[in-house]
Amino acid sequence: MSERRFIERSLAQLTLVRFREFTRQPEALFWTFVFPILLAVGLGLAFRSKAPDKPKIGLVTPSPGISSIPDIPKPLATRMNSIRNDSSIITSMFDDSTGARALRTGRVALLVFLDHEGRVRYMYDPSRGESFTARLLIDRAIQNGAGRTDPVIVTEQKVTEKGSRYIDFVIPGLLGMNLMGSGIWGIGFAIVDSRSKRLLKRFMATPMSRSEYLLSFLLSRLAFLILEVMTLLGFGALVFGVPLRGSFIQLAAICLLSALSFSALGLLIASRAKTVEGVSGLMNLVMMPMWIFSGVFFSSSNFPAIVQPVIKLLPLTSVNDALRANMLEGTQITALGTEMAVIVGWLVIGFVAALKLFRWR
Amino acid sequence: MVTPGPALAVKGLKKSYGDVRAVDGLDLEVNSGECFGLLGPNGAGKTTTIEICEGLLERDSRDLEILGMTWERDGDQLRNRLGIQLQDTQLSEKLTVTETLMLFRSFYNEGREVKDVIRLVQLDEKAGARVGTLSGGQKQRLAIACALVGDPELLFLDEPTTGLDPQSRRQLWTLIEEFRSTGRTILLTTHYMDEAEKLCDRVAIVDHGHIIALGSPHELIDSIGASIPPPPPRASSATLEDVFVALTGRTLRDE
Repeated sequence: MSERRFIERSLAQLTLVRFREFTRQPEALFWTFVFPILLAVGLGLAFRSKAPDKPKIGLVTPSPGISSIPDIPKPLATRMNSIRNDSSIITSMFDDSTGARALRTGRVALLVFLDHEGRVRYMYDPSRGESFTARLLIDRAIQNGAGRTDPVIVTEQKVTEKGSRYIDFVIPGLLGMNLMGSGIWGIGFAIVDSRSKRLLKRFMATPMSRSEYLLSFLLSRLAFLILEVMTLLGFGALVFGVPLRGSFIQLAAICLLSALSFSALGLLIASRAKTVEGVSGLMNLVMMPMWIFSGVFFSSSNFPAIVQPVIKLLPLTSVNDALRANMLEGTQITALGTEMAVIVGWLVIGFVAALKLFRWR
Repeated sequence: MVTPGPALAVKGLKKSYGDVRAVDGLDLEVNSGECFGLLGPNGAGKTTTIEICEGLLERDSRDLEILGMTWERDGDQLRNRLGIQLQDTQLSEKLTVTETLMLFRSFYNEGREVKDVIRLVQLDEKAGARVGTLSGGQKQRLAIACALVGDPELLFLDEPTTGLDPQSRRQLWTLIEEFRSTGRTILLTTHYMDEAEKLCDRVAIVDHGHIIALGSPHELIDSIGASIPPPPPRASSATLEDVFVALTGRTLRDE
């Protein structure tokens, strides 16, 4: 046998073919690289952090027609001034009946009744959070306006904590979802497509090594994995300042094991299917529950306690939990034993079952 | 290069799918260096027979030797020495002609240069074109090229010219004759009797899973010659296809 260059060997050729087939499909590139970023941008904008809305307060005064301060009795004018000067609330004027309706329909959080002598009465539902806040704010405005001074001097330090925003929650989820999608789709679809076109059978008539054929999928998967992870995390970190608090090497290890685990699932799903339609149905059947239950867009803890053990066994739940723990809390991989065990468990079960069931024609 | 003894020897070949006996006691011996044709109507068992010989299907019987080897014992070695074209393979449309052949070449320990094979099947101009852009005839030539790139001793062709225009057909005939002229062996199936007559040293007619006639095309024609009245005398022995080729030329129409 003559010595051949590495690139002429079948493993290199098979892996190259995977690359070529993938990069020559613009739609695959879009779904793998562009779509997750569009999703992140959309969700980031929709759920961006902002200050809570200012409470809306209705003002009810006797003779509301009077608008110029000089015509109003002094005690009432003092109250109205102190309310108007407070920028933390929004006020509007009502008479008795329209004010009551505004309160009832939620257009205002609280009604303030003022009389000529400067007496004050609040009307509100204390079980509504915004009404309660409005009560505190309007009372502070009126009391301070009347000359109250705070006996204790406090200093405030305002912080916006990165890692607690929705975008920080959703970027690791999108990464997990992407790892799942490209692992299951990328491998499952390509194999079943080859099988349905009798290409797999044609390869079986050559001396091609079966293990190299399967290995070429994993190798190309890993190369694209690096690109996918860097695109999404780079985008999240640069544009939204999503924190990366954990060790990079451990993050890479989590991504690698997750990608292999989903690849094993893809292989298992594709092991028997004969048509692309058939395998698409199977893939959706496997992925749909994880999209919903595994905490991609919202925390999986929202589901009832009775289904939690099942949710915890889904591979994507563990992947998302591990990614979030690493990125947002800087948790060490050694403290993520359960999650890593689930990921590796699926990896082993998936591969063993796939190799046992795999049909080469 | 050429192994002494028959290139392929099968005795009492059997294959059933459930209740259906696709191949039912078929005996076949293909000599080294000959071009052997399996003829027969659809469903006669030709493809099943050829796929068993290619090692793609399990068989229910025992005796099967190819190049003096058996699938059970020498599978890897056999796959290195056989060239195969299947009826229904669709090669990856995203790859180019050269990339496809480089992939197939990489599977074999020894074989031919990709460039040489491309020239042999006259795809030079399409070497960089995606498979998806090729015409039917070009795709078929590429399929044959994939079978030749491992430099096989024995070539299996399953209906290689079905659906091709006369020009492409004749070009493939030339390829097959060239391969045979190097002393190597071909087993092909076909529905075209003129093709079998032109290419094959011997043919076997298969029906209901076994061979009902065997011999050189001339022997077979002579064997029934007495029972069929001779055709009315004609001025020449040319066929309508010869007229077609004479009028439209021999150059391939691939665009």
